[in-house]
Amino acid sequence: MSILDQPSSSSLSGGGMTRRQVWGLVGLLAAAIVAWLVFAVWPAWLNAILISKKAFVSAILNGLTLAGLYFLVASGFTLIFGLMRNINLAHGSLYLLGAYIGYEVTSRTGYWLLGVAAGFVVMAIIGVVMQVFVFRRLEGDDLRQTLVTIGISIVAADLMLAVWAGGTYQIATPEWLDGALTLPVITAVRSNGASVFLTYPLYRVVVLATAIVIGVGLWLMLNRTRVGMMIRAGVDDRAMLSASGVNVHAVFAIVFAVGAGLAGFAGVVGGSALSVAPGEDVRYLLASLVVVIVGGMGSITGAAIGALLIGLAEQIGLVYFPTYGVVLTFVIMVVTLAVRPQGIMGKAR
Amino acid sequence: MSLATAADGAVPQQNWLDRLGAGHIILAIALVLYPLVASDFFLTQIAGYSMIFGVLALSLMLLAGYGGMLSLAQITVAGIAAYAVAILGSNNSSVLGFGWPWWIVVPFAVAAAAVSSALIGWISVRTEGIYTLMITLAIATATFYFAQQNYAIFNGHSGYAGIHAPVFWGIDWRDPKPFYYLCLGLAMLSYAAVLYGSRSTFGMTLQAIRDNPRRMRALGYHVTAHKVFAWFLAGILAGLAGVLLVWFNGRVSPGTIGVDVAIDILIIAVIGGLRHPIGPFIGAIVVILMQTFAIDIVGAERFNTLIGLVFLAIVFVSPDGILGLWGRIKPHLAQGSLRAGP
Repeated sequence: MSILDQPSSSSLSGGGMTRRQVWGLVGLLAAAIVAWLVFAVWPAWLNAILISKKAFVSAILNGLTLAGLYFLVASGFTLIFGLMRNINLAHGSLYLLGAYIGYEVTSRTGYWLLGVAAGFVVMAIIGVVMQVFVFRRLEGDDLRQTLVTIGISIVAADLMLAVWAGGTYQIATPEWLDGALTLPVITAVRSNGASVFLTYPLYRVVVLATAIVIGVGLWLMLNRTRVGMMIRAGVDDRAMLSASGVNVHAVFAIVFAVGAGLAGFAGVVGGSALSVAPGEDVRYLLASLVVVIVGGMGSITGAAIGALLIGLAEQIGLVYFPTYGVVLTFVIMVVTLAVRPQGIMGKAR
Repeated sequence: MSLATAADGAVPQQNWLDRLGAGHIILAIALVLYPLVASDFFLTQIAGYSMIFGVLALSLMLLAGYGGMLSLAQITVAGIAAYAVAILGSNNSSVLGFGWPWWIVVPFAVAAAAVSSALIGWISVRTEGIYTLMITLAIATATFYFAQQNYAIFNGHSGYAGIHAPVFWGIDWRDPKPFYYLCLGLAMLSYAAVLYGSRSTFGMTLQAIRDNPRRMRALGYHVTAHKVFAWFLAGILAGLAGVLLVWFNGRVSPGTIGVDVAIDILIIAVIGGLRHPIGPFIGAIVVILMQTFAIDIVGAERFNTLIGLVFLAIVFVSPDGILGLWGRIKPHLAQGSLRAGP
C-alpha cells in the first residue's frame, strides 16, 4: 500500500519522524531494558533497589501468567461488549461456574483435559442459552440487558454457593504438567562461579502459552475467516450488517458461545493454577472490567495490552508494595481514562 | 415546603397545601404517627433501615434518573462518610479515632463524601452511558479491596466498631424513636430537596443534558461541570445516609461497602423505579421487608436467589420498576371502576 492510500495514519510530525516511529523507538528501548534486566547478571546496586533479581523476574513471570489468565477472561467480555453493546456482568459467574464444572469433571474422570473441555463446552452452551432466551428478548435496551446480567450473577453466585458451599477447591493438574522448568535466566552467581538458574512451575508457563495460542487463534478467526469478518462488521455497524443479509442473531450466538466458553475455559485453567472459591467471580469480573476499560472496549488487541498491564502491575505491586497492589491497578485505570477515555486501543465514538 | 411555592412565580399563586398534594400530606402524617403503632423492631430495623437505604438509592436515582449516569459507587461514597465518622469521632478499635464532637464530625464526613463523589463523577463522566456503570463498579470494587488491605486508615478487615450516635438535648439518638425520627427527617428533607431540585434550573439543565448532551454543549452549557455537580449533590445525600448507617450499625467494615451492597442499592433503585424520587423509598421498603421476612420462607441461605429472581422479574416485566407497574395498572383500575359504576 502506498502512502497516498492512507495519508492520515502516517501524518508527519515536526521532527521528521512519524508518531508511530517515535512510539516504536520507545517500545524498542523499553524492550531492550527489560531484556537486559531479565538476562544480565545484576550488579549489587540494582539488587539493593529491587530486593533481588529472583523476586523481580518471578514477579514479571507471575504477572505474565496472570495476564494470560486475565486475557482469556477479558477477551470474551470485550467481544460480547463490542458486538452487542451488552456489558455481561455475569461474566465472572461464567468463569467461576466453568471452574466448578472443570473441578467436578476432572475429579470424577481423572482426565484434566476433559475438565478443560467440559468447562469450555458447558459455558458455551450456557452462553448461547443466555443469548437466545434473555438478551434477544431485550434487544436494543442496553441498560436492561446489563441489569439482567446483574440479576443472573446474583442468582448464579447464590446457587453455586448452595451446591459447592464456601470451601476452596483446587483442580488437580495432570502429572505431565507438574514439575518445574529451568529457565535460561541467571538469578545469581555463587561464590564458586556456578550460576543459579531460575526455575518456574511448568504449569504456569503452559497457561501463558495457552493464552498466547488462543489470542493468536482469536485474532486469526476475527481477521481471516468469514465469521470473523461478520463479527468485525457487526462491531462497526450492526444495522448495516443485518441489512446486508447476514443473520445477526446467529453471529450474536456464536460470539456469546465463544465469549462464555472462553470464560469457562479460563475458569478451569485458572482454577488449576490458583484455586476455586466463592468470590472469585467478583475478582475476575473486576479484572475483566479494568482490563477492558484500559485496553479499549471491543478490541482483542486492547484486551491483550490491558491484561498485560494489569497482570504485571498486580504482581509487581504484590512484591514491591504489598498492601497497595489494588491501588496500582486502579491508578492505571484512572490515568488511562484521563488521557484516553476510550481505552488504549478503543475507537472514539 | 415554602421553597416549592417560590419555585415558579408564573403559575397563579395556589394554596401551599394544594401544591404539596394530598398524597404527600397523608404520607407525612402517617409516617409521623407511625411510632404510635409500631414496635421497636419495625421502627428501626424496618422503617429506619429502609429510609437510610432509601436515601442512598435516592442519591443513585438523582444521578440515574435525572443525569442518566448509572452508578454503582453510591455505597462507596456512603462508606467514606461512615469511615470518616469512625476516624474523626470515637471508636473502640484503638486505631485513630480523634474524638471530635459530632457536630464537627458530621459536616466533615459529609463533605468528604461529597468531594469524593465529585471525584468519582469527574472520572466517570469522561465516558458515557453504560460505561459509567463499569467504571463505578471498578471503583467500588477497588475501594472495597483497598479498605480490606489497608490497616493505617481503614483498619483492614475488621474495620471500626463501637461507634455511637450522639447524645444531646438529653436524647440518645440511637434509641428507637429518636432514631426513627432522625431517619424520617433526613428522608423527607432529601426527598423534598430532590423533588425541588429536579424542577430548578439546574435540575432542568441536567435532564436536558441527559437527553441530548451534544445539543446542550452546542448551546454553551458546560456539560461536564453540570454532571460533576450532580455527583457532588448525590454525594451529599449518600454521605448523610452513610452517617446514619454507621450510627445505626455502630460499626463499619469493608463488608459495609462490599460489591453485594453496591448491587443491592442498584436493585433497590431499579425495583422502586428511577423516574420519581419516591421510587427508591418504595424499593427500599420492598427489599428490606423481603430481606427480613424472606428468611422465614426460603431460609437464610437462599435469600439472594429470591431477591435476584424478583429483580430479574421486575427488569423483564417493567423497566420502570414498581412505579412503572403502578403507572400501567392505574388506567386499567380507573376503567374498571368506570365499568363497574352504575
